[in-house]
Amino acid sequence: MTLTQQIITIAVVVLGTMLTRFLAFWIFPAHKPTPGYVLFLGRLLPPAVLGLLVIYSVKDVEWTSGLYGLPELLGIGVVVALHVWKRNMLLTIAGGTLFYMVLVQFVF
Amino acid sequence: MATPVRLAARAAFPATIPILAGFTFLGAAYGIYMTSLGFHPIFPILMSFFIFAGSIEFITANLLLMAFAPFQAFLLAIMVNARHLFYGLSMLDKYHSVGKKKFYLIFGMCDESFSINYTAKPDPSIDKGWFMFFVTLYNHMYWVGGSTLGALLGQYITFNTEGLLFVMTALFVVIFLENWLQEKRHTSALIGLVVSVVSLMVFGANQFVIPTMIGILVILIAFRKPLERREVKPL
Repeated sequence: MTLTQQIITIAVVVLGTMLTRFLAFWIFPAHKPTPGYVLFLGRLLPPAVLGLLVIYSVKDVEWTSGLYGLPELLGIGVVVALHVWKRNMLLTIAGGTLFYMVLVQFVF
Repeated sequence: MATPVRLAARAAFPATIPILAGFTFLGAAYGIYMTSLGFHPIFPILMSFFIFAGSIEFITANLLLMAFAPFQAFLLAIMVNARHLFYGLSMLDKYHSVGKKKFYLIFGMCDESFSINYTAKPDPSIDKGWFMFFVTLYNHMYWVGGSTLGALLGQYITFNTEGLLFVMTALFVVIFLENWLQEKRHTSALIGLVVSVVSLMVFGANQFVIPTMIGILVILIAFRKPLERREVKPL
């Protein structure tokens, strides 16, 4: 690929990515009333999407071989327990991550 | 002087500290990866600045080494980032009332900016629009900063970072959990989890996002009537 072709390739990737981010705002602009089913989706989608993000972040874990995702499940367990106990996001994330790092570096 | 902008800049920072750790590391990994493929450091730096979406940037690195196929690259970017469509639908309300900052908020709506801006509840004295602006800006800076670090200094990094990326999983689990603890009904959250898991098992890690999105949409629309009735009549 020439430099020009590389720049074009990067530009269309930027374009495609931005299309996915801007599309909803273009189709449903602020100055027009948004259809009821879209408002409904806007309210009901987020918790489902947050669930998708959790699974998305562990999609590349070896679930069917090796350790069968045991370190990740233990890490998530610690995150949930810490958070329900202290309800402090930073503490939970730092604690859970350190626990997981110790687990994969020294235990497994 | 404590202007509303400065107050928001200060309030937004703690919410992004986990991203500081995650993006510095992931960005550095990307910078190292790109330079290891033989690209000049300016490539990962500018790509992180303009694309600002982790997985497609790694994929684009490989596209740049193959035959020129811009249309395919465009479609790939849309498919890999399709989940942003849902973020847009979810943020229609929150981003509509923030003035000129709206363009940047949408430009920078990565997974992390979306999930923090959707769930964060800053003190009522803080301007929410500026708060969301700074969350997005900080995340963007961490990502470009990490990529720059990796691109320029990759060969000197020796600290054992194995497992550090779990910070992103921890972040998404906490955000999901915090939302769960605050919502009255968990129907949508459960639909999201179950459909994602089933879809991951059926379609595999590289192809499960779009089927998951379709599944979630179909279920929500099919059960719109009962779901809306329960919304009006909370427990």
